[in-house]
Amino acid sequence: MRTRAVRTFWRGFWDCAPFMIIVLPYSMVFGVVARDAGLEVYEVMAMSVLVIAGASQFTALTLMQENTPVLVILLASLTVNLRMAMYSAALVPHLGHLRLRMRALIAYMMVDQSFALAHKKYAEEPGMPRDSKAAYYFGALTAVAPLWYIGTFTGAVIGQAIPPMFSIDFAVPVCFIAMTAPMLKTPPHIVAAFVSVVAAMIFSWLPYNLWLIAAATLAMIAGAQTEFYLQRKARA
Amino acid sequence: MISPETFWTVTILLGIGTFLIRFSFLGFLGNRELPVWIAAHLRYTAVAVFPALVTPLVLWPEATGGETEPARLIAAFAVFLVGLRFNVLAGIIAGMGTLYAMQYLLG
Repeated sequence: MRTRAVRTFWRGFWDCAPFMIIVLPYSMVFGVVARDAGLEVYEVMAMSVLVIAGASQFTALTLMQENTPVLVILLASLTVNLRMAMYSAALVPHLGHLRLRMRALIAYMMVDQSFALAHKKYAEEPGMPRDSKAAYYFGALTAVAPLWYIGTFTGAVIGQAIPPMFSIDFAVPVCFIAMTAPMLKTPPHIVAAFVSVVAAMIFSWLPYNLWLIAAATLAMIAGAQTEFYLQRKARA
Repeated sequence: MISPETFWTVTILLGIGTFLIRFSFLGFLGNRELPVWIAAHLRYTAVAVFPALVTPLVLWPEATGGETEPARLIAAFAVFLVGLRFNVLAGIIAGMGTLYAMQYLLG
């Protein structure tokens, strides 16, 4: 019983291991860019430990540099993380039986890659025992979540050594574009992304960086409405 | 410069908020169904926020004093195509590589 749990843990770990190749450079870029923005190494680490969510950390960092009101920064960065409420709901049938402490730990370390992998696994093997599901999930988490600390720390320490000629500031949009492009797999996703870009340009005059909130809201509505429209059309 | 007050307020509140989002159903909402129309909007949060956030960083970068730089436009386009065709890591490498090549070629 114990050995089965250990074996399942490592299966989760190795299934998720290929994602290390993405998480490591991504977390290092965060460390470098955060130092470049004037944060101390301990501040960079405090952020990575307290938040442990790359995209929202990049969002908050970018907006903080532009004297954005705290409320707008939080609104934008938390919107980026809202998708994880979906993950949380999807995990309840599989991991909801665990003790509160375990569920809190799972919630704290919830990352896209581990979730996507475990969710796929549970769908493929419906007969998987409950304790195996938990072991698998923790294995998948262990492969990538701690790497976020290691990568940020490494990036923060070496960051200052990178000369300005390397335009490291541009690594932020590069990371975001690279993450977004593979998501554009369905018409609603493409419509949402398109509206997002156009609205960001149209509303760029809004004060307090509110253009971001406006663009994100319109794009989400556009995506959802396209989805509903396509469903109606398919039914008709 | 980021003031320490702003930094710590944002970091602590973002930490708490992010945890509450992740903990929501696992922690206190339990086995409840997410309403269909909410789920439909949540599906597009990432593709709604990231492109908007990137737009001014590509078009009007701080590093050039807000001037549009062709090297950055071309690099952004390269990441997009490579990311779309291959994967995230290939996109990042192609993007930074294109930027350096273009900055060198275009001066």
